[in-house]
Amino acid sequence: MAKVYVSNVVAAPVGAVWAVVRNFNGLPDWTGFVVESRIEQNFPADRVGCVRNFRLKDGGRIRERLLALSDYEMSCVYSILESPMGVENYVATLRLIPVTDGDQTFVEWSAEFEAAPDREDKLVEDIGRDVFGSALAALKARFAR
Amino acid sequence: MVEVRRSTVLNAPIEAVWEILRDFNGHERWHPAVAASRIEEGGAGDVIGAVRDFRLGDGSRIREQLLALSDQETSFAYCILEAPVMLRNYVAIVRLRPVTSERACLWQWGARFDPPAAERDRLSRFVAQDIFEAGFRSVRSLLSGAGRARAAMPRSAPPSIALAGALDAEAIVATRHGGPEVLEMRILRVAAPGPGDARIRQSAIGVNFIDVYTRTGRFDLIQPPAVLGMEAAGIVESVGPGVTSLRPGDRVGYACAPPGAYAAMRTMNAALIFPLPEFLSDEAAAAMLLKGISASFLLHDVYAVKRGDVMLVHAAAGGVGSILCRWAAALGVIVIGAVSSAEKAERARRAGCAHMIIYAEEDFAEAAMRLTAGRGVDVVYDAVGKSTFEGSVRALASRGHLVSFGQASGDVGSYSIDSLAARSVTLSRPNYGHYTDTPDKLKTQTNRLFAALRAGIIVAERPTIYGLADARAAHTDLENRNTMGSLVLIP
Repeated sequence: MAKVYVSNVVAAPVGAVWAVVRNFNGLPDWTGFVVESRIEQNFPADRVGCVRNFRLKDGGRIRERLLALSDYEMSCVYSILESPMGVENYVATLRLIPVTDGDQTFVEWSAEFEAAPDREDKLVEDIGRDVFGSALAALKARFAR
Repeated sequence: MVEVRRSTVLNAPIEAVWEILRDFNGHERWHPAVAASRIEEGGAGDVIGAVRDFRLGDGSRIREQLLALSDQETSFAYCILEAPVMLRNYVAIVRLRPVTSERACLWQWGARFDPPAAERDRLSRFVAQDIFEAGFRSVRSLLSGAGRARAAMPRSAPPSIALAGALDAEAIVATRHGGPEVLEMRILRVAAPGPGDARIRQSAIGVNFIDVYTRTGRFDLIQPPAVLGMEAAGIVESVGPGVTSLRPGDRVGYACAPPGAYAAMRTMNAALIFPLPEFLSDEAAAAMLLKGISASFLLHDVYAVKRGDVMLVHAAAGGVGSILCRWAAALGVIVIGAVSSAEKAERARRAGCAHMIIYAEEDFAEAAMRLTAGRGVDVVYDAVGKSTFEGSVRALASRGHLVSFGQASGDVGSYSIDSLAARSVTLSRPNYGHYTDTPDKLKTQTNRLFAALRAGIIVAERPTIYGLADARAAHTDLENRNTMGSLVLIP
């Protein structure tokens, strides 16, 4: 079982940040690497169980299922159904935590998955840096005070 | 049930912060509220179920039990078993999370408890500010290195007989009467407390203009070489025979003669020392006890102001002046503040003055008459002395009262009382000591002052901080009027 964990601090109140990342269909809006996204079967993006189907800049397509969404904990859990990455049992959680000191937001993004042993380390590094890390950096820049 | 949550980001690796926080018996190293900590029955601090027994700065105790500790989640949970405040069913969780984008970490601290309904807001604020946020600040300063000296040396020694002998401590001595250059740092012997005495480990010392007068010899309060200083805050280190009002570990303050406060440690009469309320920091106390107690008896005992009175305060932007204005305005008094500049007039306005008079622009007595439609004011508070005394008498209404409590411009000198008859004016020349020299008198003033602070009627402003070794610079700045607000020395 491989684990990825990335976190950052965004200089904005947690409500403003949650308004952006809560949208399960909103990756093109705030990450730099998703070109277009749709929710399958025309489900609302906050219906637990819905599937987002999005295309990456490099052309790859990913399908992910929303497993949990909490406005109370400001967290979102999802799994990968199909991807070009070659991962199994991939479950990720994106969570916001208020930083009361300065009214900022702590954002953490973690995932657990299985992959061929010789590819695990590389996948952990790539997902941590190019996916989660780059998305959170973009989020931080979007709210830079 | 209320839930209080606070969080902060520390610019330090999570491992370094966890090393500090993980020690369930180590909060005395960093938390300002905790004077001493021990694990009951001599157990280890990381055994689930361990009970820690805290002695707080005010001498009270809290017993807390470790419910969970996780090195994997860098978190621990604990509950209160016994406390002097009504924190029923109190369970708290501390958790650290790494900020991977930099060498930093998030520290979350939250608690749930059942307060009595009437105490809900006060206790929530107490937990959020005095426990959580105060803890954040302390660990931040510990990590930055500023607090390392404190970490190495417990803030208050446990009440042990081994400490009963004389101790050496740094002190600022006026080697003779003169300018700031006569102040020198010396190591002095601090005697063990005799009968009726207490020895205090001081953490913040107030600097007042009376210290300058004492240094120059204008006030005959010391025989050099001697230690200056009238007020300080700290922790009781030990007490002498017969002292029942204080215990080692109590967080205390004092503001009184004889001078001797400019020192890291001091032995003095325990009857002059009182406990500090939890909401007032050591620095804030050292910055304002003398001024606040003065304002308390000036407004309530020397002359009891009442709603609708019109009052003239000289030097209204000054230390005592601004407290007098704010406090009197809250009591329904119409306050006229006399000041020397437009900048100070703005400070006086913010302190609650309804009207401001700038000395250079008009005769203040005539202005007071104009502002009261020729009636005059009910009371004048005058610490300026020589240059204002005569005008203060002219500014009064018939049967008005003049409180002359200082002489910043020089002694009033001889004055014919005959002119007081023109308006049946009465006059007070109060002396601080006569309102504060017994525990009962002192308690009247401190109770009143702390109640006003707690209610937000008056506020303790953030002082300018100097190291104890920099007392000379503090005096120079004070005399040159380079400072705004209060000055505090930190040993």
